[in-house]
Amino acid sequence: MSIENSSIIEVIEINGSNTTANTLEPNGSNTTQHATSNIIELKGIQKHYGDHLVLNDINLEVKNSEFLTILGPSGCGKTTLLRLISGFETPTQGTILMNGKDVNGLPPHLRQVNTVFQSYALFPHMNIFDNVAFGLRCKGLPKNVIEKRVREALKMVKLEKYAERKPHQLSGGQQQRIAIARAVVNQPLVLLLDEPLSSLDYRLRKAMQLELKQLQAQLGITFILVTHDQEEALSTADRVVIMNHGLIEQVGTPREVYEEPQNLHVAKFLGEVNIFNTKVINADTDFLKVEVEGKAMSLRNNKNFEAHQTLYTLLRPEDLEVWRDNEVENPDKKNNMHPAKVMQVIYKGSTVDLILRLETGTQILVTQFFNEDDEKLDFHVGEPVWVHWHPGWEVMLSDDSR
Amino acid sequence: MIPDKTFRALSISSMWLWLMIFALIPSFLLLMTSLLTHGDNELLQLRLTLNNYFSVFNLSYFKVFLRSIMLASSCTVLCLLLAYPFSYILARSEAKYKRILLLLVIIPFWTSSLIRSYAIVAILKTNGIINHFLLWTGIISQPLQLLYTHTATLLGLVYTLLPLMIFPIYSSIEKLDTRFIDAARDLGANKTQVFFKVILPLTFPGILAGSILVFLPAMTLFYIPDLLGGAKTILIGNIIQNQFLAARNWPMGATISIVLTLIMSIVLIFYWRTSPKRQDSFYELH
Repeated sequence: MSIENSSIIEVIEINGSNTTANTLEPNGSNTTQHATSNIIELKGIQKHYGDHLVLNDINLEVKNSEFLTILGPSGCGKTTLLRLISGFETPTQGTILMNGKDVNGLPPHLRQVNTVFQSYALFPHMNIFDNVAFGLRCKGLPKNVIEKRVREALKMVKLEKYAERKPHQLSGGQQQRIAIARAVVNQPLVLLLDEPLSSLDYRLRKAMQLELKQLQAQLGITFILVTHDQEEALSTADRVVIMNHGLIEQVGTPREVYEEPQNLHVAKFLGEVNIFNTKVINADTDFLKVEVEGKAMSLRNNKNFEAHQTLYTLLRPEDLEVWRDNEVENPDKKNNMHPAKVMQVIYKGSTVDLILRLETGTQILVTQFFNEDDEKLDFHVGEPVWVHWHPGWEVMLSDDSR
Repeated sequence: MIPDKTFRALSISSMWLWLMIFALIPSFLLLMTSLLTHGDNELLQLRLTLNNYFSVFNLSYFKVFLRSIMLASSCTVLCLLLAYPFSYILARSEAKYKRILLLLVIIPFWTSSLIRSYAIVAILKTNGIINHFLLWTGIISQPLQLLYTHTATLLGLVYTLLPLMIFPIYSSIEKLDTRFIDAARDLGANKTQVFFKVILPLTFPGILAGSILVFLPAMTLFYIPDLLGGAKTILIGNIIQNQFLAARNWPMGATISIVLTLIMSIVLIFYWRTSPKRQDSFYELH
């Protein structure tokens, strides 16, 4: 364990000094040439297993040199999508274009994509060097070229000293890095990563997320990573694809999908969210008169909602503010605040989480940060408080966007 | 409920007891016999000697040994060539076909292999099924000499020992993690490369185990060369049988048996030396 930890620290330090130039400018000079080209296009993909529809009408464009992360709960079809791209599965309907060419019927070994498998699948009967050299040897490259490229790849993942070891003599994190080296040594158009970090412990996973991100920037290869871990998706991706029940729910930058979720599922799947039942009383093109959890409020009408619609108002815990009664200086302000009662106080070090109950009985979660306004955050269970958010921070979704 | 410890102690000690009674003590008796002297009037003379061992090292015995090894090797190679593709299909077929195919492999075991060898005699002999058929179709005008040939012996050995090759290979292919095959294909290996670089080396323990299970009995199954090879193919098993039952020279028979056991032990030690490392890497990975 201690060996593993120290090697990670070393890796981060080396990365810090060596690759800053690369990492500061993500997708270095490589990107600009192909900025507009799509390396992979999925058009109307459907996949059935017998009667079971696994993927339904998938349309997706993967840009060259981007880090695309596919996020979804298990069984949502994300791994199947990856296997369609790598060629292990064929779509029941639809086309896959790779570099503009239809790859239908092309077997995996003829596709210019490589996969990092969830279990790594390092060949147990070969040492690390032979594992990494596998792809190059299959292509029949000359020995000296293989030797050079394998050494480079091992150096890239900081494991050049381990060339003679067998896979089982390496730790999980090291095996992971070898699996990456074994794939990228073939210089694929796209690197597919199938839940690559799921079997690592929390700290190692965090470190590897950073490393993957840096590696991708350094190599300029398109990465498609599949995960069920929303934090991993947000911290690695240039763009996130959120899937559920064989459908793509939303595609966007981490910020877009977190701050502007297109439906309740996306909002709930990414982090914590409070959902307020909302009724539209009156609507014009700019403003809405609404009743949020029984409280009349005036909010911006950004999505052309109409009168008498039932809506959901979504707020992240960190977007809500909590005030004590005596902290509210101007009583008029209370018109835009919801009265609530503190049910639970959870101290988390850098933040304090509060579970509050609104007068309507709805429970909400609020995250308060220690800052110059609120140094203590000394709330007590049972205390009456006022909940407030800055108008415009809310996301409003209609009932049917579910 | 028997406590866990007691159960373990019981099962291990009963296994030891079994091995003592049926393996260790007989082997010891055999070793003792090999050190005694053959008498003209009595079975054994209680005179210790190493003479039997010296007489093993003579040219005619060496030739028989060599012939046995050659025959056992050909038998092993043939079994391997037949068993590997069969086991592969078996391991990769659907569960319902798998059960039927496995049953077909096992069914012959329900009949004694001696009786099955007589069945082969009935098929191969001069007025047997094959000759009858070939004469009837007019392909030949004179019956062929099929029985009492080297080939007939080989056929009998392969037929009898094939399942012993199939089972270990089948189990190693069955255990083979298909993710390794996926990984190889993903890295650009075509079907031939996947087979020789991944499937074959990963199923090698099964091949080795099967080869030993076939090779060792192939050296000693005396009744198959007897029935099918006639007097032409004398194997090490036949000599041992001869010494004990015909020549009545128990010490000599015992000596040859001991030498054979030693040779086989060397083969087994070689097997164990090469295989644990491989097994290691499998277990650690999962």
